[in-house]
Amino acid sequence: MQALYAQLLVGLINGSFYALLSLGLAVIFGMLNIINFAHGALYMMGAFTAYFLLNLTGIGYWWALIIAPIVVGIFGMILERTMLQWLAGLDHLYGLLLTFGIALIVQGVFQNYFGSSGLPYAIPDYPQIGDWRGLQGGINLGFMFLPIYRGWVVIFSLVVCLATWFLIEKTQLGAYLRAATENPTLVRAFGINVPRMITLTYGLGVGLAALAGVLSAPINQVRPLMGADLIIVVFAVVVIGGMGSIMGSIITGFALGVIEGLTKYFYPEASNTVVFVLMVLVLLVKPTGLTGRAA
Amino acid sequence: MKQRISALFLGTTLALAAGGTALAQDKTVKIGVLTDNSGLYSDLGGAGSTLAAQMAVEDSGLAAKGWKIDIVSADHQNKPDIGTTIARQWIDVDKVDIFVDVLNSGVALAVNNLVKEKNAIMINTGAATSDLTNAQCSPNTIHWVYDTYMLANSTGQALVKAGGDTWYFLTADYAFGHALERDTAAVVVKSGGKVIGTVRHPLNSSDFSSFLLQAQASKAKIIGMANAGGDTTNTIKQAAEFGIVSGGQKLAGLLLFINDVHSLGLKVAQGLNFTETFYWDLNDGTRAFSKRFSERMKNKAMPSMVQAGVYSGLIHYFKTIDAMGGNPHDGVKVVAKMKETPTDDPLFGKGTIRADGRKLHPAFLFEVKKPAESKGPWDYYKLVGTTPADQAFRPLSESVCPLVKK
Repeated sequence: MQALYAQLLVGLINGSFYALLSLGLAVIFGMLNIINFAHGALYMMGAFTAYFLLNLTGIGYWWALIIAPIVVGIFGMILERTMLQWLAGLDHLYGLLLTFGIALIVQGVFQNYFGSSGLPYAIPDYPQIGDWRGLQGGINLGFMFLPIYRGWVVIFSLVVCLATWFLIEKTQLGAYLRAATENPTLVRAFGINVPRMITLTYGLGVGLAALAGVLSAPINQVRPLMGADLIIVVFAVVVIGGMGSIMGSIITGFALGVIEGLTKYFYPEASNTVVFVLMVLVLLVKPTGLTGRAA
Repeated sequence: MKQRISALFLGTTLALAAGGTALAQDKTVKIGVLTDNSGLYSDLGGAGSTLAAQMAVEDSGLAAKGWKIDIVSADHQNKPDIGTTIARQWIDVDKVDIFVDVLNSGVALAVNNLVKEKNAIMINTGAATSDLTNAQCSPNTIHWVYDTYMLANSTGQALVKAGGDTWYFLTADYAFGHALERDTAAVVVKSGGKVIGTVRHPLNSSDFSSFLLQAQASKAKIIGMANAGGDTTNTIKQAAEFGIVSGGQKLAGLLLFINDVHSLGLKVAQGLNFTETFYWDLNDGTRAFSKRFSERMKNKAMPSMVQAGVYSGLIHYFKTIDAMGGNPHDGVKVVAKMKETPTDDPLFGKGTIRADGRKLHPAFLFEVKKPAESKGPWDYYKLVGTTPADQAFRPLSESVCPLVKK
């Protein structure tokens, strides 16, 4: 029973990454109608940015949490301005292929220079207050030893997810965004710069991916393929949750992390497959996803 | 995907001028570097293996003797079906004589069958499974660098002797992981230890916390990592996070490469024990080669034992066919000749190839240095033990290989 609690918690931790990444995908798909296959590569760039900040300029983890999403977000906005915007109104397939190509190029470049084994990035050891060494070490919960860093990941990503949901669903800015998706011409008539909003939205989605990258850097190696390994699962999460549904993708992200964690306990050999089995089941029963709207 | 490197060209006039005997002999060779060029093992083999093959061609001096040697390389993506498709095309269409690297045991076993069927040659330097020279042994295959039996024998025995008598395995769920787990478990039991559990994870996982928690709950003294590449580095990193080592359990890296240690950093990797058959800083010969190699690598990496094996294996192959006076394009014949000839190269020293295709050389037990002991990048290992060549690998008395006469 104790082991089961531990697996649930571990699942929740992985779920945080799924949630953050699928949220970014859902935002981009919902607002831009682009299936952003470059998401994994941008997540990887977030982790690499954190690595460069630390090793080239000495800027540590906490600042990287802010700087990396901005840097990668700007890179994303340049992509949107120079390439993606021309695909507006075309079939989804074009966006998918373009972003897939971008992902391959970005990964190829990083792999060429940094190899596949990855680079180390340590868990931050500051601020130091009393016995606390930043986020290093762990707490014994009785049923498991919880690394403080993992706990931090769950809480932080939950906060970021909810803040994003609030921004899009409950604020004036979010209302403009949603309106611009429904009817860009009409919103433009009200004097709102729709293309700029779209660019910023893409930047936001990309920034979320980069943020997840920074969060995962101390857990995984900073590897060129870290995103490629994850992105397929995250897409399955988005499909299960329903394309474009903000809350749906957050909840499914966490839920699937937990389900995957349980599979690792009961039948570990299937742990890489369980998400896709679920995806197939959901698509058979409810093709729009659990919380998705009809296309 | 396919990268063609025309290694050397030589005017046919030279060959013509050499007279009648030269004309009778075919002096062309095609080498196929079949490896993981893009995935989790690409640092161990990949572009580095192709470079090692190129350096072997250059150092062999065969071009000056009228040989024309080509190298092709391709990415098998760690998938046996893709590997065999490429291999089939290489043999049938491109007339490849010899396969090198072929890391990933799943791919290696599949290509092993094909190479035998088509009478080509494989010098396997990358795959770990000891089946290549045991149940699946072939007159066309030489297993050059290391295998699961040797790793288990060296690392496993050393750890049990040091008091690690209860084991829990964390195993990559495919041919290699299974073989490594099987061979290590046998050594553990034979040395008086006990295996109390095992968990199998899919190849190329990114999160090991669930598996590590199960290993932690088992209370085994040793957690044996029967995996490789990125899977191993992530396991080690996350084990530190979950307080496994500070909780008194010890991690055993059953297969680690210098690239993994480089990637982990000494702070995380220090104190790990594992076995390799090559390290760049062993002697003057290895240092000289590694320096030349590293200068030509994009990321300035030192050679892994897989890449060093490609060089060493090809040097021996070139010596053999040169002595034969030409390339007979007959795998069994060349491999038989290679087995007769003792090996000697600066990387692995003097050695022999056994009837079952096993190349013999010493196995080194290393310990990763503490950060303070290291003089700089790639200065990572301390040699703590050596198993002599004749004891490092599976004895022929235990072999089920039909090529071994009993």
